[in-house]
Amino acid sequence: MPELGKYATEVLSAYAISLLLLCGLIGISWIKHRRVKAALERAENG
Amino acid sequence: MSLWEYANPRKFMGWTGPIVPWAFGIAAVCLVVGLIWGFFFTPDDFRQGSTVKIIYLHVPAAMMAINTWVMMLVASLIWLVRRHHVSALAAKAAAPIGVTMTLIALATGAIWGQPMWGTYWAWDPRLTSFLILFLFYLGYMALWAAIDDPDTAADLTSVLCMVGSVFALLSRYAVNFWNQGLHQGASLSLDKEENVSDVFWQPLVLCIVGFIVLFVALVLLRTRTEIRLRRITALERRV
Repeated sequence: MPELGKYATEVLSAYAISLLLLCGLIGISWIKHRRVKAALERAENG
Repeated sequence: MSLWEYANPRKFMGWTGPIVPWAFGIAAVCLVVGLIWGFFFTPDDFRQGSTVKIIYLHVPAAMMAINTWVMMLVASLIWLVRRHHVSALAAKAAAPIGVTMTLIALATGAIWGQPMWGTYWAWDPRLTSFLILFLFYLGYMALWAAIDDPDTAADLTSVLCMVGSVFALLSRYAVNFWNQGLHQGASLSLDKEENVSDVFWQPLVLCIVGFIVLFVALVLLRTRTEIRLRRITALERRV
């Protein structure tokens, strides 16, 4: 871990918020993709 | 074969399928290497201290917030002129990515601003135009959700996209237009004098490439989902 000094809270919170938002976006997009793909297969197969 | 044929939904699903996993993989490599490089292996700035490490997230996110809207504008214009459904769906698919990028830019900017400017927020031209861009993203998504007929929704959101483009442009050039406020000018420039130092520039460029490729991967994935949703609706209407 690098020495972040007196700004450790700011730097770590910026990284935490950004990575959380990015992972959330990727996760939601992926889950919706899987659900819709399965729903279309069901609809096409009867 | 004409370029427009790639926008045929069946063809689009065909050529984008193999690209998506590769794009996610390349984005992951660029982001992991870029962020680890920037976070662990770059020095503190002599004025900003360790807060300079926020640049690896703030600058790429801000760039993508604006560029996503530009992509939506191009896709909207294609819809209005040529009525390609995939382009309207691509614009719709890009909006949640843009709103996330804008939120990251606003949040990291506020966190960075507190120790550097002494405040989380100021009604500075660039900050204000970014906030308005964020509201335009929310309005754009709300408009898509509010209208049942997909063609009407695509028409109206395309018009909204054109209006919002003024603020996307302002977000980019606000610092130059008004030449006032707290926010600095561009971090990356072709002029070496204005550019950030090489030690920060190299991991920053890698992170920017990672954000761009991640955007491409997400837009393709989400557009494929929208096309499938449209197909489900069509099948349900037939029954």
